[in-house]
Amino acid sequence: MRHVLSLLLENEAGALSRVSGLFSARGYNIESLTVAPTEDASLSRMTVVTNGSDEVIEQISKQLNKLIDVVKVVDVSEAPHIERELLLVKVRAVGKDREEMKRMTEIFRGRIVDVTDSSYVIELTGTQEKLDSFIGAIDSALILESVRSGICGIGRGERVLKL
Amino acid sequence: MVTSSFVCNRRLGAGMTLTGAEIVVRCLQEEKVDYVFGYPGGSVLYLYDELFKQDRVRHVLVRHEQAAVHAADGYARVTARVGVALVTSGPGATNAVTGIATAYMDSIPLVVISGQVPTAAIGMDAFQEVDTVGITRPCVKHNFLVKDVRDLATTLKKAFLIASTGRPGPVLVDIPKDVTAQRCEFVYPKDISLRSYNPVIKGHSGQIRKALQLLHGARRPLIYFGGGVVLADAAEKLTKLTRLLNLPCAGTLMGLGSYPGTDRQFLGMLGMHGSYEANMAMHYCDVLLAVGARFDDRVIGNTAHFMQEPRKIIHVDIDPSSISKRVKVDVPIVGCVGDVLDDMISMLESGGSTGPGKDALDAWWRQIEEWRGRNCMSYKNSDEVIKPQYVIEKLWEVTGGDAFVATDVGQHQMWAAQYYKFDKPRRWATSGGLGTMGFGLPAAMGIQLAHPGKPVACITGEGSIQMCIQELSTCKQYRLPIKILSLNNRYLGMVRQWQQIFHGNRYSESYMDSLPDFAKLAEAYGHVGLQITKPGDVEGALREAFARKNDLVFLDFQIDQTENVFPMIQGGKGLNDMILSAEDL
Repeated sequence: MRHVLSLLLENEAGALSRVSGLFSARGYNIESLTVAPTEDASLSRMTVVTNGSDEVIEQISKQLNKLIDVVKVVDVSEAPHIERELLLVKVRAVGKDREEMKRMTEIFRGRIVDVTDSSYVIELTGTQEKLDSFIGAIDSALILESVRSGICGIGRGERVLKL
Repeated sequence: MVTSSFVCNRRLGAGMTLTGAEIVVRCLQEEKVDYVFGYPGGSVLYLYDELFKQDRVRHVLVRHEQAAVHAADGYARVTARVGVALVTSGPGATNAVTGIATAYMDSIPLVVISGQVPTAAIGMDAFQEVDTVGITRPCVKHNFLVKDVRDLATTLKKAFLIASTGRPGPVLVDIPKDVTAQRCEFVYPKDISLRSYNPVIKGHSGQIRKALQLLHGARRPLIYFGGGVVLADAAEKLTKLTRLLNLPCAGTLMGLGSYPGTDRQFLGMLGMHGSYEANMAMHYCDVLLAVGARFDDRVIGNTAHFMQEPRKIIHVDIDPSSISKRVKVDVPIVGCVGDVLDDMISMLESGGSTGPGKDALDAWWRQIEEWRGRNCMSYKNSDEVIKPQYVIEKLWEVTGGDAFVATDVGQHQMWAAQYYKFDKPRRWATSGGLGTMGFGLPAAMGIQLAHPGKPVACITGEGSIQMCIQELSTCKQYRLPIKILSLNNRYLGMVRQWQQIFHGNRYSESYMDSLPDFAKLAEAYGHVGLQITKPGDVEGALREAFARKNDLVFLDFQIDQTENVFPMIQGGKGLNDMILSAEDL
């Protein structure tokens, strides 16, 4: 089962490698991992997307909690939540492809954020599936490069991950 | 000469400052550290200079950094205090890694201070630079790189707190050389709290009640205890509960001594080389109370096989991640072993619950006595050749069962665990988790320094002892009268045993030719060396050794080369599938 874990951790050097080291040392999967400081500069928030049985996920969250730098761990995918990922994709855009790319971007509610006479950079946010289907919908031969942020997750409604 | 404390006070008088090195030594003094085990080098010169100027913290100069950490570890195991080691950057730190990993696997509280190249040189591939924090990260409870002298005192306070609380473990503090020379005001925090670190101490009372209900209804209950009982200093409580309920109990290698080894209710050690009755009881019990133990693969054998037998498991541990890690648990109780046992005892004593019914328990005990009747620890003694089991039995007799025993790793370690009956906790220091050859002698040094005048035995083999034999020199320098019992069979015995059983008698690289004359080697270091070849001389040699109160005596026992450790559970087999003797092979 796919799970989205959200962590609050001390914004200190090495905290990220403690988490990533734990996953590799214990043979857990990381599908994606994102991290950045929060509005409280002493804390970072990390979203880890991982796979495993309920027992494995329980162990992962216990092991994460055991790390001294980790302040809190929740499995946001246990309840209604929102997931978003950012995609930046640079595509070749010449001739008829130019208009086609623009149309596809509009259909997926993306934005073109960089334009040259032969290329676009398209920005798109959404769930993993939405980004996957956009990539599937455009002509793969036109993709020059692409980068994805990995998933950010947050619980819906009253559920709050805070100190 | 002006003492450093005088200098410090004067400087501190009016917003005066201390150097980082002075701060480190002051912190160690505040923590009442009496011994630091270490080895100097370029990055720690300021620290060593400050150590030189005071005499409250005594430094023990080892011959290899691995030994510094093992010695601090041995010290910690028998005193329940934090062991402290000090090493230099680069190779000093990498040599310490084996010691740190050893302590980590056995949850031993250590603070390891390592020097680092100056902050400006970090990342420049400087001389003796290594990413110590990176290298040690997976084998420490936590580590720190202190880049600002103003963080130094707080960081050391945190290090001692983290090392010694919750599930204990080693904490490393890496200090760049320039930080030890910089100055700042020194304030040692009295208390410190970390928002992300709050070990649970008190067990959930509802869960404890559930556990007692399970025990009340049990027909074949067993207490399975591990190193956590030793670490929590909860041996008395464990003993009290076990006797209150008249339950059988069995211990892990790490737990030995938590319940008196000579008592009837103790079934012996569990696991791969544990006793028949302990393993059978573990396999066939219907309610298992696991206390401060972690269902290690060497204890339960094949997990799937273990889980085939229906039984309810109650698991008390301070580390939530130890619970339901290898086996699914029915009643998890997160908390300090001592506190939880206290709560159980008081609920029982107040009449809130009672133990299992007498009839069921009597029947269970009859079954256990039948298993015990197999006499699995019997061995064929000999008049011709020294049997290793006999040496350990005699050691137990000669020391009245009251010695501190450190071991290395291998056959001798298992024989020590099987035949030395520990009645008290913190008498036994062995590398259980990591299985580190070379642990024994340096650990014995730490133990002897912690308990001067007390009998300390290092049970080892000719393979293991050579992994840290240089420490014979340290023992001479500090006049440590350790008794080294080397069970010398000229083989890496446990390797040879596995090769015999599982690899068709092909003894690949497990025989050691050209061994030194260990007795003479010990003499060369300034100690007493004895070589014992006849069974009839074993007891006399041991008596002579322990009578020499001020000498280190190296006893080189030339033992039976082909003796194997039995009972034995083969890898992948279940607890009820034991080889009791060579005839079962």
